[in-house]
Formats: sequence, structure tokens, C-alpha cells
Amino acid sequence: MLDYVLPRYRVMRDKDLCIQCGVCERSCSNEVHHVDEELGRVTANNAACVNCQRCVVMCPTQALAITRWPQVDSGSSNWTLETMQDIAKQAQTGAVLLSSMGNPKPYPIYWDHLLLNASQVTNPSIDPLREPMETRVFLGSRPEILKVNERDEKLSAPLPPQIRLDVPLMFSAMSFGSISLNAQKALAMAARELGTFFNTGEGGLHRDLERYADCAIVQVASGRFGVDPHYLGAAGAIEIKIGQGAKPGIGGHLPGEKISEEVSRTRMIPQGTDAISPAPHHDIYSIEDLRQLVFSLKEATGYSKPVAVKVAAVHNVAAIASGMARAGADIIVIDGFRGGTGAAPKRIRDNVGIPIELALAAVDQRLRDESIRSTVSLVAAGSIRSSADIVRAIALGADAVYCASAPLIALGCHQCQDCSSGKCNWGIATQRSDLVRRLNPEIAAERVVNLVHGWTHEIKEMMGGMGINAVDSLRGNRLMLRGVGLNEKELEILGVKYAGE
Amino acid sequence: MKRIYALEEWCIDCKRCEVACKVFHSKSKDPVKAFLYEQPKPRNRVRVEGNRTLSIAINCRHCPTAKCVEGCISGAMTRNPETGVVTSNPEKCVGCRTCVSMCPFGAVTIEEGPTHPIAFKCDLCGDELGVPGSPSCVAACPNRALIYVESEGN
Repeated sequence: MLDYVLPRYRVMRDKDLCIQCGVCERSCSNEVHHVDEELGRVTANNAACVNCQRCVVMCPTQALAITRWPQVDSGSSNWTLETMQDIAKQAQTGAVLLSSMGNPKPYPIYWDHLLLNASQVTNPSIDPLREPMETRVFLGSRPEILKVNERDEKLSAPLPPQIRLDVPLMFSAMSFGSISLNAQKALAMAARELGTFFNTGEGGLHRDLERYADCAIVQVASGRFGVDPHYLGAAGAIEIKIGQGAKPGIGGHLPGEKISEEVSRTRMIPQGTDAISPAPHHDIYSIEDLRQLVFSLKEATGYSKPVAVKVAAVHNVAAIASGMARAGADIIVIDGFRGGTGAAPKRIRDNVGIPIELALAAVDQRLRDESIRSTVSLVAAGSIRSSADIVRAIALGADAVYCASAPLIALGCHQCQDCSSGKCNWGIATQRSDLVRRLNPEIAAERVVNLVHGWTHEIKEMMGGMGINAVDSLRGNRLMLRGVGLNEKELEILGVKYAGE
Repeated sequence: MKRIYALEEWCIDCKRCEVACKVFHSKSKDPVKAFLYEQPKPRNRVRVEGNRTLSIAINCRHCPTAKCVEGCISGAMTRNPETGVVTSNPEKCVGCRTCVSMCPFGAVTIEEGPTHPIAFKCDLCGDELGVPGSPSCVAACPNRALIYVESEGN
């Protein structure tokens, strides 16, 4: 039967501006553009275009723009063009639909329904340019009471291990394999400069990044790739990954063709073999089992570093988080359903999990109700888009946030959702040497540092406006939030009042 | 003096430097006119060699003892003793190709000139011969594969 899968995009080339220099042709790994000397013009294979916009940015004369394919849909709001195209693809292949990055569906974004407070008359706002403003946070468990030797003015019992962040933001887990070494290096360099942490994902720690190990959170996931005592010992903190917001309940699969020599060495698996992360950890079937792994890792590192546990935001996340805290986790990471991924089944990405805003509020409230909130730090992840989202997350109860899509966008990512093809034109989600070299980590790190500096200024201004001079004073301070366009139940879960109340 | 250095590690074979060079050395400084309409055709003085996986931009090193200057039979190729910039004067060049054969970097090319083929080479985008400007290839490079920095020695 005829292939009726349509192109998704169309290349618009301004003939008056095109100088046929061929930059677009050389920039496109999908081989969309072609300088046809016989025809004397540049042609486009629209069907191959994924809308990564590399050509648009690279074109010296700005002759290019990408538009949607002009085909109208059936006119039905039910049988949309996308729905029918998905059916067509599956009718051809019989396969699971694969996609990448975060959930793109129009579910409510609660961040955009939460407004921030500012001081007027009855309490003073603070000018961050004139007065000190503290953005430093510490992550890890906190003791129930401090035992102080008052004569020596010293603590008589040591504090549990903690990590120090100069900004309340870390870079979420992205493995070497899912992203390029240059992308990971850029984040590592930025983390060092900013006084925060990047996360190795479950791909191991590449030997070139060992010098950034003190800024690394190393992940122990269900595939256990790259895990050995050296890996655990080198890092600032360890994270057990139970789940990921983009694909809760399922594992990962890095196909053999992406397991290059370097990836194979770093993951400690044979070259060319599929790297399969099982859906569950095969040694964790209960909170008690999780406790065993948490304490195995603490034993292995001499109780010198905090152990985080990351779960996807799902229906019973509050109860699960309570169990994690009791299992000995020092840091609880909740990853919302808009969190990104290098590859996930489309139906899982688009339909499984719950919004981070609701999950975060529910977890923070549950831990407070059970009087165990101070035994853990809480990290929110899953599409933090701006400094305002960070402020809202902290006011809802987070100690810090994990952020990955935004730094990737700073690196050049245009959210084309084609990471899984391995042909990322921006040199981020690829292992092809000709593409990886497009991302100069020096430039990339500078851009990420710029972004976070900008955000930090904004966080200080927003906190100053509220009359708050430290992130610690904003944490869980839900009175600084008011809801708009939310119903009673949503307000109840978020624990915020309606605007005007 | 400040020199342009090409870093092969970061060159991605996009050839935006070539486009920028050609446009800067056109009469109109407009890419559309430079590429499609101007006669004689403006020439780029930097060129990228290699392929997608390994490439590098070739341009003039502005050598302290420049072989092209030594070899020039017409006095067209000169090195400005103050700035160190090596340039070819198109009005004096007779197109003998001695500079092309003597340049150890392949940085000089002979292309069609107003009356006869003459030597073209990097002039560091100066407003006049021997005076460095701000190189347009460096500004156009998206990946810092071309850098314009003070070099050690002379």
C-alpha cells in the first residue's frame, strides 16, 4: 500500500536571499538540503526534516524558515492529523512509537497558575544589589537535634554528609551515550564554575570528566552501568535512579550502534551490545530492599556522601517518598511528567505520570505531616523553565531543583524531539564524531553559566521583592504563592490560597 | 601581532568563514550581491579543506619572514614592517604564481582579477593594505574554530 505518512515540516527558502553557499547542506545530518548545480538552486527533501533549525541558524543570509506541512487534517478534533499519522506509522511497522524530550501535550502547567508575592508598605522589600542575598543551599539529611559542646562552641556529634550548592539548581541526569561527551563536559565545566552539580546519568563517569568528579552526582540505576568503587568514591553524591519522569515504570534501551568504544569503556559493557536498563531494579521489590541498596552504597563510601533516590512523579508519590525517607535516603528527587528523555515510547511519555507541581506539594506536605521532612532534602525536577519556576518550586517545598532541558536549550537544543535518531545536528544527543565536534564545550559551558547567572539575579530580585534574603527562608513558604485559574482541589493539593485571599 | 589560528578540533566544515570572507571582500559587502551579481566575482581568501569529520580552515599565517614576499618578482607582496600584515597589491601583481609555489601553507591562490589572474590572500580584513581590521571569518565561525589572538614572538 502507498506510504501515506506525510512530511511534518516544510523548508521555506527565500529565493531572493539564497546565495547557494551550501552551508545548509553541510549543516544537515538528515540530508534535507542539496545544492543542485544542474538546476542552479538548492532543493529540499522535506520528508527528512525534523525541525531542529540548525540550518535556519547557520544560514548566512537568513534565507531559511521551517513551517508545518500544509496538509489540512480531516476537520475532526478527535481524529487529528497527528493521531492519524501515528496510526499510519504503526500500520506500516507494527512497532512502538518512539519519541524524545518531555511530554508535549497540553496538560495544565501549574507553574503558570501560581503567582508570587511582593512586599508593600507593611514590610520592606530588599534590594539585592545593595544587601546580601543568600542563594546557597545544602542538600542531605539533617539531624533531629544538634548536639553542641557549648564550652568549645563546637558540634559534639558530626553532621550527616551534605553537598553545598551555591545556586539552588543542579543539572539533571543525562548519561554519556544519551548525550555526547562534549555536552556532558560543558555541563561539568558549568557546574564547577557555578558551584553546583551535574549528574552522570547511568552511563558511568568518562575518564575525561574525572577531574570534575567532585561536581558530579553519580547515578546507580537498574542497569548498574559504570558502577564500581572508584566511581562511587570519586563523586560528590550518589543517586539511585528508580524512575524517570518522562517514562515512569519502564527501563531504558541504548541500542548497540550507539555503544561506541568510549561509551563501552565508560559503561563497562562490550562494544556494540545493547545497553538495557531493566524497568525495575532486580534487587528492589520493596522499601526494605531499597534500604539495603541505600546502605550498601553508604557502606561502600564510608558514610561520607549523601545518597539520593530519584523517582518519577506517579499517583502515590507522597507515600512512596515517605518510604524513601524511611529507607535512609538523604535526598529525595521527584521527577515530573514533563521531564525530558533521550528516547521513550511516545505513549508512555505522553500519558504516564503526574505534574511535578502537585507531586512536589503533596510530598512536602506528607513528609511534614509525618515529621520527617527535615531528615531529607527534596529536589524537584521535570521541566523547570525559568527562574520563576525555581522560586515557585522552592516555595512549594523543594530544597533545590534539577534542570536539564533549559541548559540543553542554552547549548543549542531546539526541542525537535528527535534525540533517539542519534543524528542531533547540535552535537548534543549524538555520538557521531562529525556532529559531536559541533559542540565546543568551552562556548557551551559559557552559555550555561550565563543562563544560570541570569536566573540567579532574577531569583534574588524575586526574593528581595518578597522581603526574603535567603533561599532557606523561602523554602516551603507557600504564603508567598497565590493560585489563579485553579479549582478548590488543586488549591488544596498545592496548599496555596487563591489570589485575593 | 595578532594572528588568526584555525583549530581543527572544532572546525565543522560549514564554510561560513568562506562566505563571510567573500562578502567582506566584495564591493557591496552584501551577501546576495557578492554571490550572485558582482563582477568581477569577489574571492574568499580563507578556504576550508577536509570533510565533515576532519576539516580545517586554511588561511595566511602572516609569517615574520614571509616566503611569498621573498619570492615576489613585482613587489606586489609586501609585509608591513610595523603591523606585520602581509598583503598583495592587486595593481602590482603580475600573476607569476611564485608566491603560490613558495607559501608553505597553501594560503595564496591565483584567481581571475580585473585584467588578468592575480594572487589573492588574507589581509586580516583591513581597510587598507597592511593594516589589520577585525577578521570577518573569525566573527562568522559558529564554533570558535578560528580565533584571533596575540601570538607569541613576532
